[in-house]
Amino acid sequence: MKRGFTLDRFVIERLGVALITLTAVLTVVPIIGVFGYIIARGAPAISWEFLTAMPRDGMRAGGILPAIVGTFYLTLGTALFSVPLGIAAAIYLAEYARENWVTRLIRIAIINLAGIPSVVYGLFGLGLFVLFLKFGTSLLSASLTLSIMTLPVIISAAEEALRAVPQSFRTVSISLGGTRWQTVRRIVLPQALPGIITGIILGLERAAGETAPILFTGAAFFLPRLPNSPLDATMALPYHLFVISTQVPEMSIQIQYGTALVLIIFVLGMNLIATVIRSRARAKRQW
Amino acid sequence: MVDKIVIEHLNLQYTDGTESLRNINLKVPVNAISVLFGPAGGGKSSLLRCLNRLNDLTEVQVVSGKILLDGENILDPKTDVIALRRRVGMVFARPVVLPMSIRQNLTYGLELANEKRRSKLDEAVERGLKLSALWEEVKDRLDDPAIALSGGQQQRLCLARVLANQPEVILLDEPTSGLDPISTGKVEAALQELKKDYTIVLVPHSVQQAARMADYAAFFLQGELVEYAKDKELFTQPKNKRTEDYIEGRFG
Amino acid sequence: MNKSPNWRETIITAVIRTCGYSAVVFVILIFFFLLREGVPALAEVKLGDLLTTRWYPIENHFGILPLLTGSLVVTLGAMLIAIPFGIGTAVFLAEIAPRWLREILKPLVELLGGLPSVVLGFLGILLLSPFLRVFLNLPTGLTALAGALLLGGIAVPTTVSIAEDALDSVPQSYREGALALGATKWQTIWRVTLPAARSGVLTALMLGIGRTIGETMAVMMVTGNAPVMADKLTSILSPVRTMTATIAAEMGEVANGSTHYHVLFFIGLVLFLISLVVNILASTVIFRSRKRAERVLS
Repeated sequence: MKRGFTLDRFVIERLGVALITLTAVLTVVPIIGVFGYIIARGAPAISWEFLTAMPRDGMRAGGILPAIVGTFYLTLGTALFSVPLGIAAAIYLAEYARENWVTRLIRIAIINLAGIPSVVYGLFGLGLFVLFLKFGTSLLSASLTLSIMTLPVIISAAEEALRAVPQSFRTVSISLGGTRWQTVRRIVLPQALPGIITGIILGLERAAGETAPILFTGAAFFLPRLPNSPLDATMALPYHLFVISTQVPEMSIQIQYGTALVLIIFVLGMNLIATVIRSRARAKRQW
Repeated sequence: MVDKIVIEHLNLQYTDGTESLRNINLKVPVNAISVLFGPAGGGKSSLLRCLNRLNDLTEVQVVSGKILLDGENILDPKTDVIALRRRVGMVFARPVVLPMSIRQNLTYGLELANEKRRSKLDEAVERGLKLSALWEEVKDRLDDPAIALSGGQQQRLCLARVLANQPEVILLDEPTSGLDPISTGKVEAALQELKKDYTIVLVPHSVQQAARMADYAAFFLQGELVEYAKDKELFTQPKNKRTEDYIEGRFG
Repeated sequence: MNKSPNWRETIITAVIRTCGYSAVVFVILIFFFLLREGVPALAEVKLGDLLTTRWYPIENHFGILPLLTGSLVVTLGAMLIAIPFGIGTAVFLAEIAPRWLREILKPLVELLGGLPSVVLGFLGILLLSPFLRVFLNLPTGLTALAGALLLGGIAVPTTVSIAEDALDSVPQSYREGALALGATKWQTIWRVTLPAARSGVLTALMLGIGRTIGETMAVMMVTGNAPVMADKLTSILSPVRTMTATIAAEMGEVANGSTHYHVLFFIGLVLFLISLVVNILASTVIFRSRKRAERVLS
């Protein structure tokens, strides 16, 4: 065994590990930097007034309440349409469908829905909901658009959660005289529920932060009142941030950072809830 | 002895076409323990699953033949399989307790049938647990999660769960294969009591268990019913050389 | 003992089946509406004119090539960042980092993935592009490079998360076997663990790339929005316009039913078809790679 050969291998080993570690550091440090910076620059803007008052002076002063409320309503509307449909579709795939070409087609369709650019969803929403169905630029159009965009996320997560439930439970239920739906309703769905809820929250988190799908379907910038009905247009946090950082002259940097921080807290708050649900469910599992 | 189940010319195959069981003719007398034994791959479990139409869920298809329960062919497509599965219950090789309390495990079958009356449900719980000799051990903790029970207790719970449904036939597929000798003994003792009122079909996990339990014994080898006899005849005086070889342990 | 029809079960099964088919219905619906509003563009603007290099709608120039090259440059740049950093970080978390560090860092990386792209675009405007302008001595920091960096940042969390899961699920016995044969940690990772996780890692890359192709807001905010052809090596350092940004920026100002309106829908149709092709390709690659892996592992 030549000494030179052994040295080579260890040198490569050290270099390799160092390189990998370097990439990880270069990835993680900016992430921490980004969050830290936004928190540092945005925190001074956050006050009770900022969160609960209406904006003044062409959005340059006052609060961002309508944007917060708008995002809240949009998230709710998205949940209303995408959750029942998504869970039902996932139940079909996990419990009813056989592995044939139709099922493969459905799976391809889901992957495709997940990959469509968000601005194309905006165009679709414009074409179908705003113009063809004449809902106009409204909460309704925007929520419907966002819910189709969120559908693949919910279906994937829900299907995975359903499949994780042991097959033996289903067999026992059937052998005791249960129908497929009874088995799903009484055993599979309750056991899969934490995983499904986690998936829903992560999907809604994405929907809450999206701008492009609501650009032409429901978002408005200058709306001095809160939406009264689903057919009203609405302000929304991501859209608000976009406009004040690119199109409003003499916009206070502090308010921009503050808006960004509120949006982050809204979105990441949901993430936190999802994570907590997931770990608590894992602890309480009876299988 | 009246026959509870009659199997006529049954042929089974897997979905890929390979044969599972060939021309099975078998009678299962009422209120007795019929044992189906033999080496692995003989088709015993597949046959068992046909008796409550659980084969519908697996890759085993019926090619031809009949299975008569009280004279009616349960392989007929018009059969109400839900009702069938309540009349013919099954205990599986590994204890599978549902992720609920002990009580809820026991009432599950009745709740599937929309039984809501508290009195009926409580009655079923007690009945099932007493018949499977588990009542004394769990009567004070019926609302505890079933997963907290030991392996042997869980399997007796699965038996109790089937009994709570008031079946006529009980199928057991290697029910004691994972259990210690004491739990095995308790299950076997319960079955000996139960055979007075129920028809029992048992796939044992050893030849010794087959010999202990059989009122009627059937030896299966590679998809064929090789030999069938009453009582312990099969084990003391096997007529077929293959049966004798298996019992003597020359293959297994 | 004959079956009586269970109406409740039948209806519920029918509803569930309909919901199961809904995904296909929506894809078809989206395709249909894009066609409906986009195909008229082909009637109003000749295909040859669409494939020119001048995008200036005010004077009826609808050449989409600069937008295509803009998207291409930014996406390629993003991939060049996302692949090494995404897989590298995933390998670090799964194979090199101690357990406690992984428990902290993995959620942190996933946290970045949850960040709305508009926030990243916002930081891009305020921090990244001034930095690039000063550091690289450019007339403006709003360039394809800024877009590529941001998109890379958006794709990395998805890639890391899925690739890390894939690496984590490679059985420990593989690593132990390799080490027992005298391999170093690096050799084990490179020659045993990574290949074993191949289908999962490919999935991760594909999903990351998918996110970059479809990204709109971040690129719109930092790439400068100049629809010029990005065909030289130095184009990465100049402003460009992506297809997604074009739609987002101009749709609001466009008259309903005008030629400009139809052309924007046409661009949307092109984007839809690109993502369709990429997804189908990705599924076949992953499917085939998983089949190969299953054969090896069984």
